[in-house]
This record gives sequence, structure tokens and C-alpha cells, in this order.
Amino acid sequence: MSTEHEAKITETLERLHAAENTDAVEAIRVEALGKQGWLNALMKTLGKMSPEERQIEGPRLQGMRARVSEAIEDRKEVLEAAALEARLATEVLDLTLPAPQAPRGSVHPVSQVMDELAEIFADLGFAVATGPEIEDEWHNFTALNMAETHPARAEHDTFYFPDRDADGNRMLLRTHTSPVQIRTMVGEGAPVRIIAPGRTYRSDSDATHTPMFHQIEGLAIDRDIHLGHLKWTLETFLKAFFERDDIVLRLRPSYFPFTEPSVEVDVGYSTEGGRRVVGGHGDADGHAWMELLGSGMVNPRVIAAAGLDPDEWQGFAFGCGIDRLAMLKYGMNDLRAFFDGDSRWLSHYGFSPFDQPTLSGGVGAPKGVGA
Amino acid sequence: MKFSLDWLREYLETDASVQQVADALNAIGHEVEGIENPAEKLAGFKVAEVLTAGPHPDADKLQVLSVSTGEGDPLQVVCGAPNARAGMKGVLGLPGAVVPANGMELRKSQIRGVESNGMMCSVRELELGDEHDGIIELPGDAPVGADFAEYHSASPIIDVAITPDRPDCMGVMGIARDLAAAGLGMFKPADVPQIDGDGACPVEIRTDDAEGCPAFYGRVIRGVANGSSPAWMQRRLIDAGQRPISALVDCTNYLMLAFGRPAHVYDLAKLSGAVVARRAQDGERVLALNEKTYTLDDSMTVIADDNGVHDIAGIMGGEDSGVTDGTSDVLLEIAFFDPPRIGVTGRKLGLTSDARTRFERGVDPEFLDQGLALLTDLIVRTCGGAPSEAVRAGSPPVERKVLQFNPARTAKLGGIDVPEDRQRAILTSLDFEVGDPGSGPGQAWQVTCPARRHDIEGPADLVEEVVRIEGLDKVASVPLSRVPGVARPTATPEQLVQRRVRRAAASRGLHEAVTWSFLPVPDAEHFADGEQLWVLDNPISEDLKAMRPSLLPGLLRAARRATDRGAASVRLFEVGRRYFRGANGHSDERATLGLVLAGDKTPRGWANGKAQGFDAYDAKAEALALLEAAGAPVDNLMVMGEAGAQFHPGQSATLRLGPKKVLARFGALHPATLKAFDIEGPVVAAEIFLDAIPAKKNAEFARSTYSPPALQPVTRDFAFLVDSALPAGDLNKAVRGADKQRIVDARIFDRFDGQGVPEGKTSLALEVTLQPGEKSFTDEELKAISDAVVKAAQKLGAELRA
Repeated sequence: MSTEHEAKITETLERLHAAENTDAVEAIRVEALGKQGWLNALMKTLGKMSPEERQIEGPRLQGMRARVSEAIEDRKEVLEAAALEARLATEVLDLTLPAPQAPRGSVHPVSQVMDELAEIFADLGFAVATGPEIEDEWHNFTALNMAETHPARAEHDTFYFPDRDADGNRMLLRTHTSPVQIRTMVGEGAPVRIIAPGRTYRSDSDATHTPMFHQIEGLAIDRDIHLGHLKWTLETFLKAFFERDDIVLRLRPSYFPFTEPSVEVDVGYSTEGGRRVVGGHGDADGHAWMELLGSGMVNPRVIAAAGLDPDEWQGFAFGCGIDRLAMLKYGMNDLRAFFDGDSRWLSHYGFSPFDQPTLSGGVGAPKGVGA
Repeated sequence: MKFSLDWLREYLETDASVQQVADALNAIGHEVEGIENPAEKLAGFKVAEVLTAGPHPDADKLQVLSVSTGEGDPLQVVCGAPNARAGMKGVLGLPGAVVPANGMELRKSQIRGVESNGMMCSVRELELGDEHDGIIELPGDAPVGADFAEYHSASPIIDVAITPDRPDCMGVMGIARDLAAAGLGMFKPADVPQIDGDGACPVEIRTDDAEGCPAFYGRVIRGVANGSSPAWMQRRLIDAGQRPISALVDCTNYLMLAFGRPAHVYDLAKLSGAVVARRAQDGERVLALNEKTYTLDDSMTVIADDNGVHDIAGIMGGEDSGVTDGTSDVLLEIAFFDPPRIGVTGRKLGLTSDARTRFERGVDPEFLDQGLALLTDLIVRTCGGAPSEAVRAGSPPVERKVLQFNPARTAKLGGIDVPEDRQRAILTSLDFEVGDPGSGPGQAWQVTCPARRHDIEGPADLVEEVVRIEGLDKVASVPLSRVPGVARPTATPEQLVQRRVRRAAASRGLHEAVTWSFLPVPDAEHFADGEQLWVLDNPISEDLKAMRPSLLPGLLRAARRATDRGAASVRLFEVGRRYFRGANGHSDERATLGLVLAGDKTPRGWANGKAQGFDAYDAKAEALALLEAAGAPVDNLMVMGEAGAQFHPGQSATLRLGPKKVLARFGALHPATLKAFDIEGPVVAAEIFLDAIPAKKNAEFARSTYSPPALQPVTRDFAFLVDSALPAGDLNKAVRGADKQRIVDARIFDRFDGQGVPEGKTSLALEVTLQPGEKSFTDEELKAISDAVVKAAQKLGAELRA
């Protein structure tokens, strides 16, 4: 009996192994394990056996059934895997074809640099202040110690409106961000530390000047702020902005009506590959000085005009071109392109939205990271 | 202002090199803009002697010279100058030398078949003057073979920018005084000759405008011969960039450049009657020396005689009374004019001059007599003549300011410790009189300022004097105090909103542009919506004239430029201000984000076929996303009309918080707008009015408590027939609100009209998401919700489709 069964099992297993599709496997399963199947028929014989016989035949027949079942499952799995392989082989995509593209946007260099400046100066305790761009001449000139007849006033190439404010002051486009100094001192008093970035306007247009440009103003007023603090602040700011320690400043006496003493600030640079690179001593080999910003101790007349007591309060102010800072740091050479809205230029010089300046990550956005 | 080192040394005894002088000037506040070394330009030019001169065989106007340079054989040189002759000495440019006037490098050449080994040069070719009638004739004692630069003793020239507060340094002597204070040498003020003159001045001088012209001094010199000024004077004037004109004019220019003291010389023969400083009459005209006629008004001070105006006081003389070659008697004018008035007059007339630059900044009121003596001396020395006595009308404002100055102020404001005796020495060297200190150190000094220093107003100015002479490089950096701990946040809510929307827009694929705040008037008018624009009085061009009432025109122009360049797709945004009228005549500047989408939204592709353009929904998507980034309550916004006439009336809308508060507008642009901006459509746009977005209040860090529900949400679909005129959003809103607790979302997923839908009706299908709470919904509950949805829809006239 058992040899006959063994032969039958062997034959079944061989046939399973040879089965080429799931239908053939199913036929073998029905033949063996189906209701009419021979293994099933054998199992039914157990009921008629004596308990002793059953104790021996039971496990044997169960074992036979298990072997066949297992072999069926195995074969099915192999065949299914093969069928899947075959199907997948027909589903090939040419992945060299382009994927759907999401458009890539950018942040303008002027905005990026303004964010960088805000970050740096926040660490120094300076808040960002703003003021109107359409100003009156009192805030833009008179309060800043530039009387009507002041020659420097004429040199400002001011854009005027035909309108006057309620006090009879002519309205104009602010020629610098300095009126924000006045507004801040009038509004907030002292002590105060602010930067005021924004649009400024002068009637000037050539290769290096545009009638609209961006400036940042800095103002620190307290009881004992002196020129040494100004120097430190500018050095610290420029080192942080350009992320280099070899920034060297040269302070020269100069003249601005709103500061006294007035200080023009040069920074040492070298020229590499036709580009100005800030850093190093301007008198060193291959280096030179470039004017970068104007500054000074706020003129007592300005402090008084803003309603503070100049015998009690003193401090410094500085102003600098933001477009210029952007060009020096990020290597643009044409100011006019800043205001053209050319997507090609913007995608080249613009910044990834994820380049939000942070102190821990560095305020600058290196080339080739992100956008 | 330019001057030669040679001229400077007349007033400053120094061995300093030109570079040392330049460094010192920079250090004390006179910015050096350039140093020229004429010796470099004159390299290769030699003193030479013409040995023989004969006719050129092939050209009537040329001569063939034999020229000696002192060494080797004489050189053959072809020359076209009529004054070239044997025995004369001149300047020979050798092959390799570069002609300063035109940058041409000289070469050995053939001129009409005759070899020429150099060029005999004219004054103009060497940029030594204007003359070009012939070659330079040097005196007989000029050493043949010497470098001409050395013979000419060409002095280096320094170009320095004098700041407007320092008119006292708009003359070489003033610069010398400053340099001496800085330790660069010893100051040698000019010797002022004592000139008494013979006889009273024959001309009456008067000032009838004491306000505009407090002082008018003068004198007559008879019998002058006006020709060319002497070579030494011409050289200095040319070095200073001033063209020699005639001896008399050159003398006044010399006085101005040496001492910062403008003066005027009239041809006495052309004057009649008293010469008077007075106000011009309205409409009075004068032909000025620049050959232009100016119409004056009664705010302007002039110098006039019986016949009319001869001088726009302090700015420019008149042509009619100017000196000529034939002038023999002259009247000198040295006056003091009120600085502010000079500035106003100059601006009104649009007239600048070296005299105005100095007068409007303020000349030395104590230098009238000295100036008159120096000018008289210069004229008599160069032109001869007999001076009369001086005549003086009025008196200049010479009172000197006296300041209380505490030397401790230098450390407090300047951040630098300068010993008191050093401070005293610096001030004294700059001509300040420093009184004795009170009782001991720390006491204020009484400092009397020189009258020429109009810029000194208070102690801060004296600190500047001390610090700039001591050296700004000696100021040490001192850290600002800082609040202990980590730096506090500084950004205002408005600034935070702008940062967020900017980066949100960029992350959505838009490029941030910065466009002009001013627009061509028609562009601005197109977007003005009845607001009164700010229009510039003096625009730089018609294209940059009216302040923008919207960010869209600038972006549309940029989009137009992009499509002109062949860009297939334009996505631009800008964060900036719109300019309106505010209170008290001031402006109302509103923070705004504008965006423009033009061209292809998606390019044609292998997967999706044709390129796809933008439509109003794209603008809506951007508007909503950016409003959300700005922190606006986007779920509560109403979609309403009235986006503005610039938009397609049927494809645009506003997003409002309540019926009056417009937070944004968006949509497709009106064909008329596209036409006005000459751009091909469709173009869609949006503007987010950042200033209208309510600020977040009580911003806390902790969020409201939340844990995700344990049970899955259930979705149910509803299809309604509605009036085609019913905004789908209304239905959506009604359905969404049918059961505020359990309906967590409702979304229209199908919209259909046409076959099977009655005329005038539209089929809208919504997917409603229901969120069970603790327990799953029972059939009854689901039915109740369904009924509520249907009922809510019915209120809008919607009927449930079977």
C-alpha cells in the first residue's frame, strides 16, 4: 500500500514540478485534493480503520497531504512570480523621458540682502524701522540740517511733487532713508537702535546709477555712544555680512549735514577675475580702497530737530546702498538689471525661498545650494 | 579741485612726496580723486635744436629739418609748422613717445617720400595750452638733449574733492593750512602787498542791497595791457584745469584758485555812472559771459550801472562789460554776497560757476582787503597800469563765533583720548583762538573761530577738527553694549507677513521682481480707479512719472519684455508699495503683493500634449495660497465681484473678509488692459492687499488641543440641479454648513450642463466628508445628515438629482 502511495506522491510531485501554468497546477490539485481526489479518497478510508490502524495511517496520510499541498503552493508561487515578471517586462517606462516639471521661483537679491541685514542687526539689538517714500521736505532735508538754501540739498537731485503738505512743506520722493531717523526719534524717543532699509530716489541715471535704488540706514542713540562704537558696529556688520574676518575699514573725515563728525568709510578689496572681492587691507599688494558707506555722529541739530535734548543724547548714524552690497557679495555687475524683472536674470541671481537667512546657518546663501 | 604740488609748495614748506600729500589729504577729510603726473605723459619728449630747415621736395607747406638732440647724428624731421626755422629750440617727440593730446604713438615714418624721425610739437599737442599756431619755441638757453618734462619741471597734480562745508579749502592756500595742521610741513601764508594806490577811485561804488551784498570793495587800474598771462601763471591755471583766457581774466581766476576768493574785472570804458550792487528788476535781462541771456527777478542781486546789469552777483559777469584785448582801464570788484541768496539765484537760473560754488558756501569775510591787494598786485605785475586808492562800500559780516568747548567732549563723542595740550595745538594750528582754561582741567575753553570757518557751529564741530587732524585711524573699535542672553526678535508683524508671502510666492514657482515705483502716466491712470495719482514735477523721463497705484502695470511691462525676448512662460511677483493720498497732504503707502502669470502654464509635453495656458483659477489658487501664508482667515473669505475695470468682468473676483474688506483681487485681465500694455493674452493676475489683512492677536505658541479621531471619516456624494446663475461656492458653503459638527469638508467634484440637464440649470456634484465621533454613524444618523444637506441646498433652489 504505502509503496504504491509513495509512487503516486512522487509522480504527483514530479508533475507539479513540470506544470507550466497555474491551470495545470489546479488540475493536479483537484486530482489529488479535490472532493473526488485520490488523496482525499484515501483520507476518507481513515474513518473505517481501527483506532490502532488509524494511529499509524493517520499521520502518514496527513503527511502525504501536507507534502502535496505544500508542493502545490510552492509551484503556484513560482509560476505567479514568473507571470508577474513577464507582465512587468511588458510595462517598461522610458525613464529618460522628462518628468512633469514644477516651475521654480526665486527671491530677489535686494529682498534677500534686506533679510540678511535684518538678521545681522537683530543680533546687535537693532530693529527694522520703516517710513514713507513720499516724504515732505522737512523730514527729508530740514530736520536733517539741510536748510532750503543748503548747497547739499541741491546736490541731492531730488524728485519733487507739485503738492505740499498741510504745513506747506513740498512733497518729494525721499532721497535717502535718513528721514526714518527723524520719524523714529520723534516717535520712539531715545535710546533707540534701528536699521531702516528701503527704496530711495534720485534724479540720476547712468551705468552705475538708477533713479530708484535701495539704502539701509542705521541709527543708534544713547547717552554715551561714540565714534568707536560706530567703527565697531560697521566692522562687525560687514564681517558678518561678507562672512569673512579680514574686512579692513578705512575711516576718512567727510561731510554730511546730518552728522558731526562725519565719516566716510572705505573697505579694502582686491580684484579677482575682474570682480571686486571685499577683504584685506586696501594698501596691501593687489588691494585698493573703495567707498562703501557714509556715517558719523548724529548732528546735535538733528537730535534737537527730532525733539530730543542733544546735551543728553548722542549717537551714530550710517547709510549704505543695499544694491551695492548685493552686487559686492553676490557678484552682479549691472545695477540696471535689478529693476528689469527679467526672469532669466532673476533665476540666475535670485535665491531659493529656503535660503531664509539665519544666524546658525549663516546669513549668506552660497552658490549652488538650493536654487 | 585740481592743483599742482608746485603751487601747494608756495604756501606749504614741505619735503613730502605727492603720495604723502595725497595720503594726508585723505586722512584729514579732503578726498583725493586722482593724482596726475605730467612727467609721465611727457616721456620721450626732448629739448632739441633745429640746425637746418629746408623745403620739402614734394610739399609746399612742409619743411625738412635737421634736428639735434645733443647726442649722435642730427635727426631728419619733417615739420609743417610755419615757425620752424634754423637756430630755434623746441620740443622733439622721439619714436615711441605718445602724444598726450591724442594718444598717438610716434613712429619713424615716410612723409611724402621723406624720412621723418620724430615730431616737433605744439603747445596743444603736449596739452600745455590751447595754442596750435606753430611748434613750441623754447628760450635760447634751453639745454639741448634734456628731457622736456624735467626742463619744464612739470609738477604732479592732485585732484581733490572739497566737501561743501569747507569753502575755505576751495583755494590752494586753505589746503596748505589744513595740511600744515596735520603736520605735513609749515604753513606759509601769502605775502599781502601794501597797495595804497594813487588818487581816489574815479568810479562811485555803492551797495543798495545790503542784505544780498553787505560789502562791495573795488578800485580802478588805468593803463593796463591785456595780453597773454605769463607762462608761470598759465602753467598753474592749466594744471588746475582752467583754460588761460587773457591776462586780466587769468589774474582773477588765479586769485580764486589760490585763495578761494572770486573777484571780477570790468572794462571801465564800458561802464557809465555809479556801479551799484542792487536787486534786479523783474524781467531785467543780462547777457552773461557764457554767451547766454538770463532773465532776472527781484530776488536776485546784481551789479549794475546806469546802463543796466553787468554782473549776476557772485555767479557770472556780463558779456558787455567784460575785458577784451583792447581794454586799458579796469574796475576791480571784490564783494561779499549773502551765501543763501547766491544759491537760490543760481538754482533759479540753472547757472553754475566756480564763483557761485564758493560764494554760496561762504567765502572768507575777512579777506576782502587782502584779496583786493593780491589781485591788484597780480594785475600790475602782469599787465602794468596804475591803481587808484581802494574804495569800500558796506562791510562784510566779520564777527567771529565764540564757543564754549570742553576738551573732554572729544573723548565722549569721538571715542578717542587726545591730551588737552594736543587738542589746543590742533585748534590753534587751524587758526582757532583758544582762551585760557578756567580753573584746572575739565573746564570749558573759550574758542574763537576764524570767520572763514562757516561750518563750525558747536562743540561737535570742534571735536571733528581735533579728531580728523589727530587721525580717525586712532579711534579704536568699542563694542556696543548688548542685552544679556540671546538676541530678541525685532521684526514687526507687517515685516513677518511680507517675508512669509515673499518666500511662499517664490516656493510656488514665481520669480520676485523689483520694478520702478513710478510709471508712465497712462499706465498709472489705467490702474488708478479714480484715485488721485502722485505725479512728479520733475520726472527723469515720461516713463517714470506717476507713482504706481497698483503693482500690476510694472509687472505687465516686465512680462511684455519677457515675451518679446521669446519667453514661453512668465510668472512674476513683487512685494512693494502702492501710493495713495493720505492725511494732511501726506502719502498713504500700502504694502501689496502683485503677481502676473502669462504665456504657458505647462509647456506642450509628451505626456499631456498641447501647452496649457493660465486661467482665472490659477490666479485664484495663488491668491488663496498667499493669503493663507499671510495668515488671513482663508476659510472665511467671500468671493465677490468688482475686481476692477482692468480685469475681465466675467473672469475676475475679489476675496473679502466681510462685504467691505477686500483682501485680494484676482482674475484674467481685460482685453483692453492687454491692448494698453501691448501684451498677448490670456494673462492672469492677482493683487494681495497686505495692509488689509487683520493682524493676528494674542499669538500664543500652544495650539488648541487635538488628537486624531479614532474612527475613519465617511464620504457621501450628492448631485444637485441648480440655477446656472447660482455661484457654486454658495452651494458648497450651504452644504458645508448643514451640520457644522459632523460635516468636516464639502468639495464640488463635478459640474455639468448640457445634455440631460434642463436649460438654465447646472448639475453640481459634491463629495461631503463626515467625521464620526466616539461611535460609528448609524443609518438613522446618516439619513439625518443627508436630509440636512438636501434641505440646506434646497434653500438655494437646488434640487437633489435622482
